[in-house]
Amino acid sequence: MMLYQSMKMAFKSILSSKIRAFLTMLGIIIGVSSVIALVSVGQGTTSQITESLSSLGTNQLTVNIMGRGATTSLTYEEALALGEIEGVENVSPVITGNVTAKNGTENVSVSVEGITPAYEEVQDFHVQSGRFLLEIDTDYRQKVALIGTDTAEDLFGTDDPVGQKVQLNGSSFKIVGLLESKGSTSGGSSDEKILIPISTAERFLQSKGVRSITITTTSNDNVEDVKTELESTLDAKFSGAENSYSVFDSQEMLETVNETSDTLSMALGGIAGISLFVGGIGIMNIMIVSVNERTREIGIRKAIGAKKINIMMQFMIESVVLSGTGGLIGVGLGLGASWAVGKYTTMNVATSWNMVLISFTFSLIIGVVFGMIPANKAARMRPIYALRND
Amino acid sequence: MSTSEPLIRVQNMQHSYTMAGESMAILKGLTFNIDYGEFVAIIGPSGSGKSTLMNMLGCLDVANEGDYFLDGQEIRKLSDNKLAQIRNEKIGFIFQNFNLLPKLSAVENVELPLIYRGMSHRERREVARNALVRVGLESRIDHRPSELSGGQQQRVAIARALAGTPPILLADEPTGALDSKTGKEVLEMIKALNEQGHTIILITHDLEIAEQAKRIIRIQDGDLVEDRKVSHS
Repeated sequence: MMLYQSMKMAFKSILSSKIRAFLTMLGIIIGVSSVIALVSVGQGTTSQITESLSSLGTNQLTVNIMGRGATTSLTYEEALALGEIEGVENVSPVITGNVTAKNGTENVSVSVEGITPAYEEVQDFHVQSGRFLLEIDTDYRQKVALIGTDTAEDLFGTDDPVGQKVQLNGSSFKIVGLLESKGSTSGGSSDEKILIPISTAERFLQSKGVRSITITTTSNDNVEDVKTELESTLDAKFSGAENSYSVFDSQEMLETVNETSDTLSMALGGIAGISLFVGGIGIMNIMIVSVNERTREIGIRKAIGAKKINIMMQFMIESVVLSGTGGLIGVGLGLGASWAVGKYTTMNVATSWNMVLISFTFSLIIGVVFGMIPANKAARMRPIYALRND
Repeated sequence: MSTSEPLIRVQNMQHSYTMAGESMAILKGLTFNIDYGEFVAIIGPSGSGKSTLMNMLGCLDVANEGDYFLDGQEIRKLSDNKLAQIRNEKIGFIFQNFNLLPKLSAVENVELPLIYRGMSHRERREVARNALVRVGLESRIDHRPSELSGGQQQRVAIARALAGTPPILLADEPTGALDSKTGKEVLEMIKALNEQGHTIILITHDLEIAEQAKRIIRIQDGDLVEDRKVSHS
């Protein structure tokens, strides 16, 4: 009953000076809304990265060969030999190069990857029509090719490319399959490329061999073991030269990303805490002014029977209503801002309802903590002093 | 409450303030009783100590020395919260400058002491309305003090004092801020309330106003110099 009455009085007194109330709440509003917006964007980005990493499969290792001295790559056979390591499920070595692809008068510069049939499963990249490359294609250095959707469109327009011939640097290749569309990633478009058997590529591209190998292990648990074994094999091959190769472990990467995002969240929390603290000081400041201005009111209330706790409650509730209203407006603005970011930019946004709840609760707590001093000051005022004051 | 115990019993009340390191005696040992139903004027020039006496009688402050019994209760030993409760239940204040809360309507102002008594919303609205009817302001219930004349504001203040049905009405220069005509009306109202049985203590510096009471206590330099009945012809 008393509480309801005090709430009503608090709202009344806040509404009677709207601009002042708004300016008082501004600190809290900015604090809460920035926390919500920043955390939403941060978590959106993190979950995006995590998703794309785990879509790679967490049992995957990617080896990049930089080489040492004259040996800057592995041969196709050496790469396949890595499959002998215990726990390895698939080895997918890749030889890359660039060629000019030609069909009639259509001409396009495109990247070529020499692959093994294992590529399909390891990269999770399939054909939408025709067939994938087979063992037999690599064994006999067949001049067959798979074509990405964008390249196919460049060269053949709307015609079905499967079964057609394409000239790569003047050699004729038969297109046996059209790859599914994957869209572009940070590494460039996956749809603008031509895949040919690795054995064919080794000769055709006159490249210095395999520089990129993707390995999958039989399970998520033996990734570390395989990695260790792999590293010792490669160390032996390059005589332990530093920076001769790197092994990228998606699981490890995932952990790093999670760690980074945790640190980021902590930092955001810290910034939020500081801005809310500053907002709280603003509230305390105005509440002290308000207590001084209303000395007479306090005197009257005390004279007609208000106890300390009544006066205390009145100002505490006013302070909490101020900070709580600020918190609510902040939540609204923060949600609005993160929605707008999600809608009008390419950034991924994940609204954290936990964070909304935490920051709102925190704004209420700020009201209690920073209302304490002014409310206490008001409650301790002696009625004769307060009444005398004009 | 026993019939032998008066409403107010003040015994050797002394009070002093320390100002700039010097102790100034304001009240120098007052002793008097006030009975139920009396209409007493406490009169004295400014600086006589009558305002301090009013604070003591109204339980807004506690004297350094001496005893004060109000309605059978010893005031000296009470905590601040207990004093607040006594003020709420036993005393209706009527101030010179009305002391209404400007942001509240007339009826909300009258409700204020009832809120601190913990009365339910519906009940106190009813009580406050009746109090306003008693002072003839039923048509001004939802007006703010700024929308009322001085006399009307003082009547709201009287209604506020009456609402809690306290045994004592303590009026501090109730006509001081009013012109003589409305001052007279307010005074008539106070007299009428006394006729209805309310005990009234009127603090004033104006002998003419004090003569309206039934008994005059004169304070000078912190001493009680005169205590006489007034005969109304």
